[in-house]
Amino acid sequence: MRDTWILFRHSVRASLRQKAGVLFGAVQPLLFLLLFGPIFVTIGTWETLVPGLIVQLGLTSTGLAGFGVVFDRRSGVLERLRVTPASRLSLLLGRVLGNAVTLVAQTLLLVAAGYAFGMRAPLAGLAAGLALVVVLGTGLAALSYAIALTMDEHLFAPVMSTAVVPLVLLSGSFLPMSMAPGWLDALSHASPFRYVLEALRELFAGRYASATVVTGVAVAVAFAAIGLLVGTRVFGERAA
Amino acid sequence: MINTIGLTKTFDGGATAVADLTMSVEPGEIVGFLGPNGAGKTTAMRMLTTLLGPTSGTAVVAGHDLLADPREVRRRVGYVSQTGGVDPAAPLREELLLQAMLYGLSRAEAAAGTAESLALLGLTGLEDRPGGALSGGQRRRFDIAFALAHRPVLLFLDEPTTGLDPRSRAALWDHVRTLRAERGVTVFLTTHYLDEADALCDRLLIMDHGRVVAEGAPAALKTGGRTLDEVFLDVTGRPPAEEAGV
Repeated sequence: MRDTWILFRHSVRASLRQKAGVLFGAVQPLLFLLLFGPIFVTIGTWETLVPGLIVQLGLTSTGLAGFGVVFDRRSGVLERLRVTPASRLSLLLGRVLGNAVTLVAQTLLLVAAGYAFGMRAPLAGLAAGLALVVVLGTGLAALSYAIALTMDEHLFAPVMSTAVVPLVLLSGSFLPMSMAPGWLDALSHASPFRYVLEALRELFAGRYASATVVTGVAVAVAFAAIGLLVGTRVFGERAA
Repeated sequence: MINTIGLTKTFDGGATAVADLTMSVEPGEIVGFLGPNGAGKTTAMRMLTTLLGPTSGTAVVAGHDLLADPREVRRRVGYVSQTGGVDPAAPLREELLLQAMLYGLSRAEAAAGTAESLALLGLTGLEDRPGGALSGGQRRRFDIAFALAHRPVLLFLDEPTTGLDPRSRAALWDHVRTLRAERGVTVFLTTHYLDEADALCDRLLIMDHGRVVAEGAPAALKTGGRTLDEVFLDVTGRPPAEEAGV
């Protein structure tokens, strides 16, 4: 626990040194909000769009968190941390929670911009949504590390930036999957992000006790648990 | 301080990097691991520092069983890898404190210990720079400072002076000697430089193809008026200069 906390604080401090990087990670969904949002709201609402852009943000920003770990492996920092008695889980969790906090900061930025455009969501729904974002970010960052440490490091960037495109589209980030033809709707049910996103939309709409929310939270928790399990294994073995 | 019996590492591809390594290192010794590239020196060191699980064999390192008690081993040993561990972007002081605190030290203890290590290594005053602003020799000494964060009784150095100029190398040897003299630290190092092995080490192990092919004090190895280079050539079949890239 203590080690996780120490590493978490260290990771947050490192992000604070890279404020421009944190900001830049949120630019893509902000552009969608600005240049696509006004079209979207002719058929939908800001409350539907912003949760979609939060999932997009998670995938395109936190999903690429593995970059950092590739860099730390190359500079030997990872190996230096691995010879300490700190548990492998805490080595992973401290960093991953740092990434989740970065995602929350980026999400707040996006939500604030959404408000400026006219999105209105209850405070409790926002707070619950942010909690869900922490869980989602934890899973995404952990899996991103596992992939980055397993894959050829030169392939990581092109493969991951391509892989997130179908993941974003299948989650229903831009248009709800209820509008999709049957086969596409069925396919998107295979994506965990669809469930998390639908839960986020419910929360932003002020509906808390729905089956959609329960499913979304359960999927997010399971996703994070699997991510941490796989991540810890890879961290223990391949972080050399 | 180190006792290994039949330590072996075979990688997934079937290549055996270390074969049946049986050796011991006494407390307070400075022992050097020599051998051509690919001889298994780094693999052996990574096994002894718990970073790599052996395929077979056992070892007791710093009083604890490597396989049964890896955390207790980690608490007592320091390790400097070939790449080192300096983050070019992060302030060194913060990184040093992090390292020490991961060994369970409080912030105050970590700060005191760090200051002491920096003084010992002649680095005081440099810790407020980012890692990227250091010279090669300074960076290598910071790598050692990281490994000393928890006052280990045993220090592993993987090619500590590769890439350094002669003056920085000699300075680093002095620091290693000081560490032993002042803290009684046992040092186990790998090197490509035979002059380094000769000048610094009490005892040498020459490895080839994953096996120890010669062992003894530098003076004892140089039988029949041979130089250490000639001994190396005789036991490994390869001249050492090639390996050092000189």
